[in-house]
Amino acid sequence: MSTGTLTNEELQRYSRHLILPEVGLEGQLKLKDSKVLLVGTGGLGAPLALYLAAAGVGTIGLVDFDTVDSSNLQRQVIHGTSDIGRKKLDSAEDSIRELNPNVRVVRHEGALTSENALGIIADYDVVADGTDNFPTRYLVNDACVMLGKPNAYGSIFRFDGQASVFAHEDGPCYRCLYPEPPPPGLVPSCAEGGVLGVLPGVIGLIQATEVVKLLLGVGETLKGRLLLYDALNMRFRELKLRRNAECPVCGDNRTITKLIDYQEFCGMPKTNAPLESGEILPEDVNAMIARGDDFILIDVREPHEHQARNIPQARLIPLGTLPAQLGTIDGSKLIVVHCKAGMRSAKACTLLREKGFGNVLNVKGGIDAWKV
Amino acid sequence: MPKILIPSPLRKFTGNAAEVAVAGATVGEALKNLAEMHPELRTQIFTDEGKIRSFVNVYHNDEDIRFLDKEATAAADGDVVTLVPSIAGGAR
Repeated sequence: MSTGTLTNEELQRYSRHLILPEVGLEGQLKLKDSKVLLVGTGGLGAPLALYLAAAGVGTIGLVDFDTVDSSNLQRQVIHGTSDIGRKKLDSAEDSIRELNPNVRVVRHEGALTSENALGIIADYDVVADGTDNFPTRYLVNDACVMLGKPNAYGSIFRFDGQASVFAHEDGPCYRCLYPEPPPPGLVPSCAEGGVLGVLPGVIGLIQATEVVKLLLGVGETLKGRLLLYDALNMRFRELKLRRNAECPVCGDNRTITKLIDYQEFCGMPKTNAPLESGEILPEDVNAMIARGDDFILIDVREPHEHQARNIPQARLIPLGTLPAQLGTIDGSKLIVVHCKAGMRSAKACTLLREKGFGNVLNVKGGIDAWKV
Repeated sequence: MPKILIPSPLRKFTGNAAEVAVAGATVGEALKNLAEMHPELRTQIFTDEGKIRSFVNVYHNDEDIRFLDKEATAAADGDVVTLVPSIAGGAR
């Protein structure tokens, strides 16, 4: 795609860059020749994609499998109200084209996996990780280390944000900071814990800033530093990060040299694993409902999740309120508990069993695995 | 007394306090005292064997205690101990 020159339209469009000595014509041509991969076009990916497109990054790759939901619009500014129900890739591509038709958008539809990650990332100069789960965070990190691609990292939760640059030159990687993921269920996702809508704007644009600097080769990046942002108290702090010589992926004696099963690494249940005792498949619950069996179905997700999609027979008791609601549940009946993916409901089942409820089943895979 | 900064995911265990001043001559002592003041925090920070959990990073001022004297890192008056838990949010 490189032409080695800028058109008149581009000279006009990027004029405020061209007069910056740190960018100039040479830098703008570098941006035009650059390829950046955005993993996720959600809260972080939205501002990243918009500003990188506006800045004139020549090729932007987008990885996403999701569709636009109205609950996304509070922060995912690349998508609009008329995009609800569309693929995020379609919506994001349209927004980028409208902003800067000079940008080539490469679509990678689906999830990033251990099978496709190296092949996808190999084509890019820089990766910006804006995913929402630990398995993909570790996958992106390991693939970037193995391929020697810098990763502009950002992560958000409620009012807190983190940003850094991993796998760049001799700097540390994500595993140097967090050798192991937290056990599933201990750290809630944004869907469970909430997130301030403007927060991903701040963190996503810190990532975008780092991407542009990495591409231009100017300034000092966040390599070796972890930036912490507390939006509620409006404080930025900076911590030192060091490469861990014992890091299994980037250390001196590397034990992870090819991509692994990240779901398993993060302790997630395998979707094709056999049922454990105390579990039930969604289709079996459907059959019980169809038969008119006498049992209690409980949804332990949050009210907004229940509102977005629910099984009509399910009673909503968010996990946090379950201890206070125990007296309202008929312990003589079979109790079937579900959540989004089976983690929170597993905790609920443990609690119910501890409190003496004798007949409790957890819906394997949660409502995500439920076909009605 | 050193000051411990509590990240927002853990503030529900400290009555929403973002900063807690605790006694302790080392980072480890300060954290143990914090866990005594707020018992629900104990399982978030420590394993059953009393070790700091591997996915919770502890900083003394701006340095990771893994690269200092770990839990024996001296903590003086006014020093800042920061808990940096893993967060993964971004897309959904």
